[in-house]
Amino acid sequence: MVATDPRTPSARLEFRDPVRARALAERLATLTADLGRAPIALMHVCGSHEQAIARYGLRHSFPQNLDVIMGPGCPVCITDTPEVDEAVALARQGVRVLTYGDMVRVPGSSASLADARADGARVEVIYSVAQAVEAARQTDEPVVFFASGFETTAVATAAVLLDDPPPNLSILSAHEHIPPVMEIICEMPGSRVQGFLAAGHAATITGWGVFEPFVAHHGVPVVVAGFEPLDILAALVRLIELVKGDAPSVEHVPALRDPRGQPARPGLAVGGVSAHRRALARHRPHPQREPAAAGQVARPVRRAAALRHRPGEPVARPAASGRPVPLRRHHGWRGEPDGLRALRQAVHAVGARRRLHGSTEGTCRIWHAYGGHPDLEVPRERAAPPATAVATAA
Amino acid sequence: MCLGVPGRILSLDDADGALVDFWGVQRRARLDLVDQPVAPGDYVLVHVGYAIRRIPAEDVEVTMALYDELLHAAAAEDDLMRADVRGEIDTCAPSGGGPRGSD
Ligand code: SF4
Repeated sequence: MVATDPRTPSARLEFRDPVRARALAERLATLTADLGRAPIALMHVCGSHEQAIARYGLRHSFPQNLDVIMGPGCPVCITDTPEVDEAVALARQGVRVLTYGDMVRVPGSSASLADARADGARVEVIYSVAQAVEAARQTDEPVVFFASGFETTAVATAAVLLDDPPPNLSILSAHEHIPPVMEIICEMPGSRVQGFLAAGHAATITGWGVFEPFVAHHGVPVVVAGFEPLDILAALVRLIELVKGDAPSVEHVPALRDPRGQPARPGLAVGGVSAHRRALARHRPHPQREPAAAGQVARPVRRAAALRHRPGEPVARPAASGRPVPLRRHHGWRGEPDGLRALRQAVHAVGARRRLHGSTEGTCRIWHAYGGHPDLEVPRERAAPPATAVATAA
Repeated sequence: MCLGVPGRILSLDDADGALVDFWGVQRRARLDLVDQPVAPGDYVLVHVGYAIRRIPAEDVEVTMALYDELLHAAAAEDDLMRADVRGEIDTCAPSGGGPRGSD
């Protein structure tokens, strides 16, 4: 898995350069022309990528046989029901629960934090984990921060945990590490994802080497890109080249960063402020998965034992769901028609009642905000070259 | 929420925090996590109140142009990406007090 020179056709784009954009769209068309009716399916795993794709109308320039599937990029999408249940249970026991805004309306098995709040529980929305520290400092009572998000957000929680947090502050972590999520998607029966577009900011935290074991194991290429529309187009071009080529690798489309792409920033274990990052790597790996190899990030700050909650405090702990990563009521990860229908209903639900759990990164909100859903209906005949075909083709 | 927001460092404090300017709005951000040493004048990308990356000098213009467009172009007032960028600025503590949290 060579970290190839990122200055491939897609390197170093200028901001919203129309000539470049047209060239990239043409390249997409050329690359997909000989695919015939079998579509190529790529997935992004970041709500901000979906926002940019929808906001700038990029799907309009995609060839018909290119499917760009919305992956699990919204923190709401990936939070498992038992995790919400646990937060709700704590709140109902009278514990003060602080959380990011998107989590409040996520339904658990019987209630959301918003429901608990309506019943008198103390549930507060904060914007930064640092506010949770501040809140805990001002009181002696237990304060629980229900933390969610991927690496970019997890690393802030980790920084707080490492910086001598107040003893009455507990972290209930629903943080997720993205590579295992991608693995699960590849392993889903009927998965037809042939390449992943990964988020530049998360790779800033982890280093893009974090994807190399995944690529090696699944033979599915990964291209890391920023949120500038040209980055996304360039990354898709590169991904298709990699899917059609014979050496799946991890690459980087550099527009929003150092042109050399800093390929040698492996994992959280190495790097400038490594104390925090090393600590991330020490934390428990994803349950039911192999322990992370040295230098690879384990699941960040997953319920850091001592800080999880106050000793002796009763916590309703619903049994583990048995699924390593929640596939919350989603919709369309495989691009299957049923999933899309469900997502479409979700879009309408946002429109109709504005009460869906929709995070600003949720596909439901995004499609609603930017003009409904693109036409992504995938006829069944066209579906799924199995993932294994990717490995051979790639 | 992963979008982050770029800002220019105005000054550093003793507690691993910095005063950061976001389009004229001054806020405090934490520097615990930034990937490279920073100095006043540098641009950093801030997410949930923490600078996560120093923006290389040669990328500043392009980055700021993208966010300018997100914040100021004639998109709907309730544009989601604009809301996310504003939300990111709000994750930083006001410039008055010390940095929010673990100082
Ligand atoms: S309905 Fe929206 S918020 Fe809920 S999981 Fe799907 S995309 Fe995420």
